[in-house]
Amino acid sequence: MTMLKPFAVTLDVGSSLANKTGSWRVERPVYVDRLSPCNDACPAGENVQRWLYLAEEGAYQDAWRAVVEDNPMPAVMGRVCYHPCETACNRAQLDEAVGINAVERFLGDEAIRRGWELPPCGPFSGKRVLVVGAGPAGLSAAYHLRRLGHAVSMYDEGAAPGGMMRYGIPRYRLPREALDAEIERILSLGVELRTGHRVADAVAAMEADGFDAVFLAVGAETSKRAYIPAGDTARVLDAIGLLHAVEDGAAPFVGRRVAVYGGGDTAMDAARTARRLGATDAVVVYRRTRDRMPAHDVEVEEAAEEGVQLRWLSTVKAVNGTSLVLERMVLDHDGFPQPTGEVEELQADSLVLALGQQSDLSLVAGDSDIAVRDGVVAVGPDMMTGHPGIFAGGDMVPAERTVTTAIGHGKRAARHIDGWLRGSSWEPPARHELAGPSVLNTWYYDDAPRSLRPRLEQARRASTFDEVVQGLEEPTALFEARRCLSCGNCFECDNCFGVCPDNAVVKLGPGARYAIDYDYCKGCGMCAQECPCGAIRMEPEVV
Amino acid sequence: MGYRAVRFYQTGSFAVGNRLVGSEDRSVQSATRRNNSLSSGHRACQGCGEALGARYVLDAAMEATAGQMVAVNATGCLEVFSTPYPETSWRVPWLHSLFGNAPAVATGVAAAFKAKGRTDVRVVGQAGDGGTVDIGFGCLSGMFERNDDVLFVCYDNEAYMNTGVQRSSATPPAARTATTEAIGDALGNAFGQGKNLPLLAVAHEIPYVATATISELHDLEYKVHRAMTMRGARYLHVFVPCPLGWGSATHDTVRLARLAKETGLFPVFEAEHGEITGVAKIRRRLPVEDYLRLQGRYRHLFEPVARPDVVARIQQLADRNIRRFGLLDGDAENDGHGGACSSPDAARTGEPAP
Repeated sequence: MTMLKPFAVTLDVGSSLANKTGSWRVERPVYVDRLSPCNDACPAGENVQRWLYLAEEGAYQDAWRAVVEDNPMPAVMGRVCYHPCETACNRAQLDEAVGINAVERFLGDEAIRRGWELPPCGPFSGKRVLVVGAGPAGLSAAYHLRRLGHAVSMYDEGAAPGGMMRYGIPRYRLPREALDAEIERILSLGVELRTGHRVADAVAAMEADGFDAVFLAVGAETSKRAYIPAGDTARVLDAIGLLHAVEDGAAPFVGRRVAVYGGGDTAMDAARTARRLGATDAVVVYRRTRDRMPAHDVEVEEAAEEGVQLRWLSTVKAVNGTSLVLERMVLDHDGFPQPTGEVEELQADSLVLALGQQSDLSLVAGDSDIAVRDGVVAVGPDMMTGHPGIFAGGDMVPAERTVTTAIGHGKRAARHIDGWLRGSSWEPPARHELAGPSVLNTWYYDDAPRSLRPRLEQARRASTFDEVVQGLEEPTALFEARRCLSCGNCFECDNCFGVCPDNAVVKLGPGARYAIDYDYCKGCGMCAQECPCGAIRMEPEVV
Repeated sequence: MGYRAVRFYQTGSFAVGNRLVGSEDRSVQSATRRNNSLSSGHRACQGCGEALGARYVLDAAMEATAGQMVAVNATGCLEVFSTPYPETSWRVPWLHSLFGNAPAVATGVAAAFKAKGRTDVRVVGQAGDGGTVDIGFGCLSGMFERNDDVLFVCYDNEAYMNTGVQRSSATPPAARTATTEAIGDALGNAFGQGKNLPLLAVAHEIPYVATATISELHDLEYKVHRAMTMRGARYLHVFVPCPLGWGSATHDTVRLARLAKETGLFPVFEAEHGEITGVAKIRRRLPVEDYLRLQGRYRHLFEPVARPDVVARIQQLADRNIRRFGLLDGDAENDGHGGACSSPDAARTGEPAP
């Protein structure tokens, strides 16, 4: 184009857009999704960061849908999970961990209240799977197997489904309304449930009823015993039996003074249950020290709040009527308790043994292909036992014995069973690089202290089985969700778009995140440095 | 007074945008419709704070004036890297004359529009610290004194960067420049010299004076908008780190601006008609060493021989600013939020107190 130019001007006006400054670059920013510590820590494999992201927007149903992708029981999990996610949470280094568990419970309760339904099942695969045990692992497996299109029959020995969630976790921690609602929702996907049905031989059951695969999840419901000399008049109970009887409405007489022997969560639950049954003194006797107790901190705290007393470094030597003989212990160099010979007396109307549980593995005893080691069934990385088509998970395989782990086992087993049934194998997706605290730029996060869940008043805790820890109201749940730092995953704060001195970041619109315009990006790295959540990585430019 | 500080939505008002708040609480820079007054392809160094600051300021000014705006530029990096003949990076009407006369040219442009009856067109003058604090100071002081209707913006990177990092009267003590080398006993720029132009502007008692940094975008944009609601002489002093001249990493530009404010070395405040009306509180107070160590221009304070005595003198300067401007928590106007001038009734936008 020619135009009349002023004196001494020979060229038309051009835009600097002709100058592609991208050629200066030696490093390039790349958007990444890193693995948030909460997701990394979740035994059930939940995408916590993702569902918090949705909850932050108030899109609670979408958030709930993201939870049930992995875990069909958020109302249960939001009550009984020991939340390793919160232990791992990066926000703990800023102020306090995000109350992930409380938000999960809010979503779970909201789903029950509003009647949200689980996603539909896939087309029928033609395969039938037997799930033995309707505890958390079995229910989780049944849910995921149904979604993958398989027919599922679930057999359980108990009168009602739920396993240890029903017979091991007292109502004050897990109200049965929430448990029943979430179990019912899974069953409504078309799971055939037979309660009161004991499977004596896994292989025989598989063959007799023509199942294509079996998932064993019988749990660990038998109390371990210890030999303690006891007179005829002594009342010695086991903790699981006690909790089971309470659930059946047939609580035994425990007396005014109750001693519980053991240091795990079940010991705490037994002591707290004893308080509710009328015991004025509930004493937990444990042979080691507080820091070596297997019980989770929250359980110990809540027990102490309810007046449960704790006696460390003591073993029960003998029971004489209403008097226990305790022996003082000391820890040796390896942390093992050693007897001192010093004894003392403790008055107790009954003694509850909470020395751990074991699995009843008689249903696999007849099959030499299925290896049992240290009281648990050996499984491969695909959760299959030595017998082709028979898988196992939950408390009966070597793992941490929590509801959350069991739910994770159910999911993983379902995917491996599906792969096996389809003649292939399921490979877990590759894990992203961990988003540790060092990838965050915490300047950008507002100061916001954690919201606490209200607790039931003390007087009612000591006498009733009403739920102790209450849920969050909607505004508080929203507040708590919005404390999430979204570690490693873009949450569209526009920082990269704003801080680029070269306008080389393109904003793609809500939900679509951003792109780098490599024609102009000079590779200064400011976007990566100022990204609050570490969702941009600088990579060397390949020349 | 002040921008509406949003709390608790993850990033509050600290980030550029925030998907959880309405568009009225997001920055101009977060919008895809922003003007991009300084467009891509400019030849500023990687991580240039001045390029970023100029886009922040002019985009906000374009928004405030609905696009009826002319920019007048002094000589300097900003002019050179944006307009190598025949290319331009500017997407605003833009005029350059000489190094020292930008305030006078801006005055003339404003007078011309006034003569034509175009009071809707606003004028923004802009220069680096050399063009403002040294070479253009006479013209600028005159512009202030006559209360000409111009917003003059200084992008302060604390030396003459375009010509090879020579000292200006905005260069801080102990900083190494090409004319204040740290050789032998010399420890960079002298203590006790230079000018504080924001306070000189306040002393002219013009309608509006403010300081800002490129790390506090909501505050910066608020100040531009505030300035554009007024007539008469207004002055905005923007702190813009320079990776080349300061010997800092290119990705640390915004971070250094943040540290300058959080250490107290660069007080962020605003003043009207000669009186200081608001300060941005320090949110997380840090020692000046955190700021100095990231910059090659202060390396001689740490190696080969550490000079804690000199660092202590710089710390004293920061402490003096903190005292003088009341930069710490606990003063009446502070809400503990760090947003400049954010009012105590900052929006809680329906969020409950926990």
